[in-house]
Amino acid sequence: MESIPIEHGLILAGILFTLGLIGVLTRRNIVFVLMSLEIMLNASGLAFIVASARWGHAEGQVMFLMILTLAAAEVAVGLGLIIQVYRRYQTVDINVLSEMKG
Amino acid sequence: MLDLIWLLPTFSLLGFLSLVLTAGTLPKRIAAIIGAGSVGLSFAVAVIIAIQFLGSGEEYFVKEVWTWMSVGSLNAGFSFYLDGLSLTMMLVITGIGFLIHLYATGYMDDDPGFSRFFAYMNLFVAAMLMLVLGDNLILLYLGWEGVGLCSYLLIGFWYTNPENGYAARKAFVVTRVGDTSMAIGLFLLFAQLGTLNIQDLMYAAETQWAVGSGLAVAVSLLILGGAVGKSAQLPLQTWLPDAMAGPTPISALIHAATMVTAGVYLVARTHILFELAPTVQLLVAWIGLITLLMAGFTALTQSDIKRILAYSTMSQIGYMFLALGVGAWSASVFHLMTHAFFKALLFLASGTVILSLHHEQNIFKMGGVRKQLPVSFWSFLIGSLALTAFPFTSGYFSKDEILLAALELDGPGLWLWMGGVLGAFFTGLYTFRLFFVVFFGDNKGHEPTQEVGGWNMSWPLFVLMVGALLAGFIGLPLDAVFGGHGEEEHDVSALIHGIMIAAPLLGIGIAYLFYYSKTFSVDKLMASPLAKSLHKFWFSGWGMDALYNWLFVYPFLWLARINKDDLVDKLYAFVVVLSRAAHAMIVKTQTGYLRWYALSVATGLVLILTLGVLL
Repeated sequence: MESIPIEHGLILAGILFTLGLIGVLTRRNIVFVLMSLEIMLNASGLAFIVASARWGHAEGQVMFLMILTLAAAEVAVGLGLIIQVYRRYQTVDINVLSEMKG
Repeated sequence: MLDLIWLLPTFSLLGFLSLVLTAGTLPKRIAAIIGAGSVGLSFAVAVIIAIQFLGSGEEYFVKEVWTWMSVGSLNAGFSFYLDGLSLTMMLVITGIGFLIHLYATGYMDDDPGFSRFFAYMNLFVAAMLMLVLGDNLILLYLGWEGVGLCSYLLIGFWYTNPENGYAARKAFVVTRVGDTSMAIGLFLLFAQLGTLNIQDLMYAAETQWAVGSGLAVAVSLLILGGAVGKSAQLPLQTWLPDAMAGPTPISALIHAATMVTAGVYLVARTHILFELAPTVQLLVAWIGLITLLMAGFTALTQSDIKRILAYSTMSQIGYMFLALGVGAWSASVFHLMTHAFFKALLFLASGTVILSLHHEQNIFKMGGVRKQLPVSFWSFLIGSLALTAFPFTSGYFSKDEILLAALELDGPGLWLWMGGVLGAFFTGLYTFRLFFVVFFGDNKGHEPTQEVGGWNMSWPLFVLMVGALLAGFIGLPLDAVFGGHGEEEHDVSALIHGIMIAAPLLGIGIAYLFYYSKTFSVDKLMASPLAKSLHKFWFSGWGMDALYNWLFVYPFLWLARINKDDLVDKLYAFVVVLSRAAHAMIVKTQTGYLRWYALSVATGLVLILTLGVLL
């Protein structure tokens, strides 16, 4: 079976990461910001998987499992925070939450 | 019994502490008993110690009480050194101090600060005893600064009048100039000879330094600086007349009998250093001579009774310095002792006059009070006679010795002698001008009250009168200290003796013609413009205050004015401005927009990665 070259996997991970970053930077809805963050996390996870497949090591996959768990926990906390924010400000616009300026 | 020497300052110190800690709550009577009694006890112990010491025939006696500080090779202790010189000083301080304390219990009777006054006085006596008994220069310096502090506190005793506070500050600052010089001298001595114990120092200096060597000259000059500051000699003499702002017993105790003679004591104590620097020693003589003449002229023009006495004190200390300068150490200390008697007597008597004339100090508003104030009159007469060196009073013997010693000096001796004789003439003139104006003539409107005070004010006067008359017959045990050899016989002609007796008598005679019989008129003399401007010049103390104002005070004030908002601070203010500007700039980046922060993190990361890849 022809294996996928590592470059393709890494480029895909890069594109996903950039897409996620753009989402984080441009989206004003906190829910979408959170989703974009998930994409970035998964992009890095993909990079780990590709690398571990290339070198035949298991650490990359273990790392991905850790990232997965971490992402789940993060989403749980993040969504909880979003609900609190929505309750307090009646909005999920991230620009409204700019009280901590110098 | 000699071991009990540490009791001397302790009594006064305890008196001070008990008066200070009760903060004026003690009844006046008890405060007086503590204040005067502590010094009285000191005097009693001093007399016992003196009898024992003289009986033992020892040259000196050292008592170490405890170590004050011991750092490296510096070892300063509260150890007391007793020899003929400190014995003399000790007896003068406690004896005359006790009489003045006793007098002050009457003089200060109606003063609200009664117990504060005695607290300061006791502290002064303790510090002064420390000064003369200390066997190392550190302890001496402790006492030296202690008496300076008490002088400051007591000149400004009536602090509600800002002028008194000014006079106190002036005295403190001017003497501080001298003290700084003396401190540097001590540092130099310690750095060079490695000890500050006076006897060790003298021995080390004598063996290690050649006569006229640079170090000896520098050290003796620096110590002389301290001495002229404390003893109100040229060029640091300007504080003494203003110091008369304090209560009169203070003027008697501190600014006539004891503290101002500390400079004489210091030079006499370190006389070996001065013998190693003959040029400085000669300078001491000239300083003394010029001061005594200047002060004599100034005293002639003053109208405030206490200022006249202050200038006369300055002039008499000038004689002591003259004696030090010509190497007549014993004569100087002898004059110190007799001067303490008659000048304390004069000040206390003038205090009585001032008090009974309702605090009038201008002699031209007094007059004709000899009948009403007989005790003051006789005190003044005897004090003045002793001051003018009238034959066979105490001042006669001491001044005679000084002048003869000056005459024996080769080189400038004749000039010094002539200056001294001229000074004696002026002493007679200004002293009896004061005497005739105050006690004779017409009453100028101040009706004196009953001569104030009870036995506690008159009794000290009687004792001092006896002292002023007879102290000249006391032989001081100073030979062992200064390496002299008994009573020195001066081989001079009768003519010299005649001149020395005649000079003050001539002064008295002229004062008599001008101020008693009014054969000559002062007003007529003063009519010419030259006399007027001379009078003005001398009245201002030879313009020394104005000179110092121009030289030091005005430039300092000018500097202070242009430096009002602190030039040095400008540098640091710039740092503040800079950091504030930076802060204002950076604060703009903290917008609170989370996405901005994310963008900056991302951009930064990209930048760093790019750099990492490229380089």
